[in-house]
Amino acid sequence: MTLLRGRGYASVNYPTGMNLGGDPSQALIHATTMGGFVISLSSVDLGQGLKTVVAQCAAETLGMPMANVIVDTADTDTGPHCMGTFASRGTHRIGNAVIMAAREARDVMLAVAAEELEADADDLETDGTGFVRLKGSPETKIHIQDVTLAAHFKQGRTISGRGIYLKERNYPVPETGEMDPDSCQAHACTVAEVEVDDETGVATVLSLHNAYEVGRALNPAMAAQQVEGGGWMGVSHAVFESTEPYYPASRDHGPVDFCEYLMPGPAEIPVQSSVILERPASNGPFGAKGIGEMTANAPIPAIANAIFDACGVRLTTMPFTPESILRGLDALRA
Amino acid sequence: MKIVSLRVNGAGQAFIARPGTTLLLALREQLGLTGAKRGCAQGACGSCTVLLDGQPVVSCLVPAVTVDGAEIATIEGLADGQVLSDVQQAFLDGFATQCGFCTPGMIMSAEALLDRNPDPTRDEVNEAISGNVCRCTGYEPIVSAVLDAAARRRSRAGEGAKL
Repeated sequence: MTLLRGRGYASVNYPTGMNLGGDPSQALIHATTMGGFVISLSSVDLGQGLKTVVAQCAAETLGMPMANVIVDTADTDTGPHCMGTFASRGTHRIGNAVIMAAREARDVMLAVAAEELEADADDLETDGTGFVRLKGSPETKIHIQDVTLAAHFKQGRTISGRGIYLKERNYPVPETGEMDPDSCQAHACTVAEVEVDDETGVATVLSLHNAYEVGRALNPAMAAQQVEGGGWMGVSHAVFESTEPYYPASRDHGPVDFCEYLMPGPAEIPVQSSVILERPASNGPFGAKGIGEMTANAPIPAIANAIFDACGVRLTTMPFTPESILRGLDALRA
Repeated sequence: MKIVSLRVNGAGQAFIARPGTTLLLALREQLGLTGAKRGCAQGACGSCTVLLDGQPVVSCLVPAVTVDGAEIATIEGLADGQVLSDVQQAFLDGFATQCGFCTPGMIMSAEALLDRNPDPTRDEVNEAISGNVCRCTGYEPIVSAVLDAAARRRSRAGEGAKL
């Protein structure tokens, strides 16, 4: 038995959003009497952190604390339209829609505050702690709660805003095939180290080293988490997960639950290190691109290349099972 | 039907156990403690983990009628007012959570580990949380947070000994 070490890398360019038939998302925002700003979305946060990121986008645009932002992901019967949470589009599409809505709401907020302060709205600014104040005269200020109370009960105005981001459908040029299928692309490179046991055929992923160019990491902790959580998913795709050999013809022998569907547990995870690079996209919310899906992609070819480097077996079908590695080794020895 | 009396997070509680119901459903639907999550409902994901007389159990597999007289600890009982437990604080500081669905079960498994083993190795942490499935983090931040929590607990115990 010999343990063979190998190293491989893979690079990925990954589109943010999609093109089929146009790709829109909408956001609505309105102020409550108590100085809160409610963002209504149909978009779904299925755990990736969308609500956190859109709250950040709204707070930054409004000039108000995060605590004043309430994200209501409503439902698709009643909320403003969203294409959905997929295609690595959430942060980009919905973030842009929220920024547009927040800008409109901010304009009304400043107009209401201007009326109360007997000033010109153009001369006002937000201080980020909940006050609207006169530029150059910070003692002339009004708290957002008083602004929204005045809007509701004195001035009779809604402090609200509408936002939409639409990536328009784009057709290829017939002569050249040229087209604009996505809004921007994020880039990544992953280096994988593996150890292959030439007797059992088991490939163990020892480490993943990731570099991701994400446009702008709106929330650096969540961006890093996405890279490494996705990296774990990539390892799982590469050497664990399979519905073979009987799916979908028969479920008699295939995995049917968490116990039988093989994915790596805490004892099987590789060491990971990650670097986030920022080259803001001109059309992204504060420059952000989408990195949702791509994080599970780069590890797979990197691991395949590392297995090739370790033992000379070139695999092109996932998962890279002990059986496929042993068959490859047999073929090399033949 | 049976009236079950027990202690939950240190307080006396009672509920009527309907036949076939589980401790998890009793906690969530009758006692209003929704911290323990119902993930797979077959004992495989660990998101419903609570402590039953100090031992971590998947509460979705514990018949409600069997816990009469038992002492149950759930995630809701860990914090002392606004002060989080060492494990909770370590999870927060180490960003050992993402969507949060597995977190209550992970934390209860970790609390049980540290109660019986204040200085676990990485392998022992891996084993202790091996019944808890996470699909977001890749486990590394969770394992690190449990080791961090163990260090915090030992440091706190050391301070107590000096006093």
